[in-house]
Amino acid sequence: MDPAAASLAPPRRAYRHRWPTRVWHWANLIVVTIMLMSGLMILNAHPRLYWGHYGANADHAWLVIGGGRFPALPGWMTIPSYYSLSAARIWHFAFAWLLVPLLIGYLLWSLLGGHLRRDLWLSRDERRASALWHDLREHAALRFPKGEAALRYNLLQKLLYGLVLLVLLPLMVASGLAMAPAMDAAWPWLVDLLGGRQSARSLHFIAAMGLVSFTLIHLLAVLLAGPWNHVRAMLTGWFAVPQENGT
Amino acid sequence: MTLRLTRRGLIGGGGALLLSGCDRLSEAPAAKSLMQRAEGLTMRSQRWLMGDALAREFAEADMSPVFRANGSTSVDDAAYRAHAAQGFARWALVVDGLVKRPLVLPLAALKAMPQRRQITRHDCVEGWSAIGQWQGPQLAQVLAMAGLLPAARYAVFHCADRIGGAPYYESIDLIDAFHPQTILAWQMNGHPLPLEHGAPLRLRVERQLGYKQAKYVMRIELVASLASLFGGKGGYWEDAGDYAWYAGI
Repeated sequence: MDPAAASLAPPRRAYRHRWPTRVWHWANLIVVTIMLMSGLMILNAHPRLYWGHYGANADHAWLVIGGGRFPALPGWMTIPSYYSLSAARIWHFAFAWLLVPLLIGYLLWSLLGGHLRRDLWLSRDERRASALWHDLREHAALRFPKGEAALRYNLLQKLLYGLVLLVLLPLMVASGLAMAPAMDAAWPWLVDLLGGRQSARSLHFIAAMGLVSFTLIHLLAVLLAGPWNHVRAMLTGWFAVPQENGT
Repeated sequence: MTLRLTRRGLIGGGGALLLSGCDRLSEAPAAKSLMQRAEGLTMRSQRWLMGDALAREFAEADMSPVFRANGSTSVDDAAYRAHAAQGFARWALVVDGLVKRPLVLPLAALKAMPQRRQITRHDCVEGWSAIGQWQGPQLAQVLAMAGLLPAARYAVFHCADRIGGAPYYESIDLIDAFHPQTILAWQMNGHPLPLEHGAPLRLRVERQLGYKQAKYVMRIELVASLASLFGGKGGYWEDAGDYAWYAGI
């Protein structure tokens, strides 16, 4: 086939995301968004963060949010948009009961269904600083993979998706549970592991900000790499493979 | 450029829709009660996971230098003020309701009972924590003296303080009432309970949040149901603001 004909041929389509990934992706987006916004309202009730077991107004806070304004966070960030700790707690703990089964289910499917091993696990070549450096430079230059390479996650994608699935979301759940006085009685080892109740609260916030940062990077990458193709792939599973020459 | 503006508009519009939608759902009784069903799930799960486990106890070196006083920090009631002026020497706790032997227990009688002393962490629903030492008789001992009638299911704590005119009260079920760390504390950090922390007597129910730790406890009433008391949800914050009755998280 001559090059002119190849560029006129319809792009090859590939099945990229299986249904559990698609369902989890969108369900998790809704649940995490509600948990984040209701969580920020809960933070409004005491926007100071500490390390250790205890921490209140007279103790040293490593972070004070909002500089003493009340509420510390603007209404567009929170659920509800008006100050209500009790309403935010109702939202937060109801959706926690969706977040955890979704996360456990998706982790089990990823582990047993081969998603983790096949799509997220780093190959031997990828476990090198030079590979990371190369991938960072490719991203910085906005050179996105084409052809067959576009069907696999690149190194930065693997690292970020792995960070979210295996570190940040489990840490959100663990640190959330560790803040519960009843869970401290049931599982004191969990609170010890996280360095105390107020440390768990700080880690809960840091992991949440990690998820926000990930989402911004992810959105930017999708926008730059072809939003329609990527959103459609996450909705239907089918991805138009970018051609080696041109687009 | 047009596309960009449209997309931004869409995101902004979507965000506004989500926000106002969530506000409306927060106020819709059906949506709220559906979400509040998670509270029962949380209680059953936590109870199943912790069984009779004790709340963490700390060493003296771990205590907060300053223990924040929150909620009511004084009581505007003439009879209470008169008792406070006398150092609660003539004050007595009333235990009544579904009991075989209603009790009137002076502070001296509570001090003469076997005591439990514990250094525990107080977790406020707002998010802060303070570690302090508490001492007093176990609630189980007081309830044993009174003798529960078979219909008794909840211990209700009637308090001297009022918030916005409404009397403060709290309630716990018998699982928490008979837990060994559930005490009626008259002493805090080695001194008689200060006024701002609920003198002369406050409840310590260590596996739940701060608003369950009723201060200024005047009377303990044993009841079969919480429905007929005040707002019917078992506590001041539960009635006034939709806070969960079971506060294990």
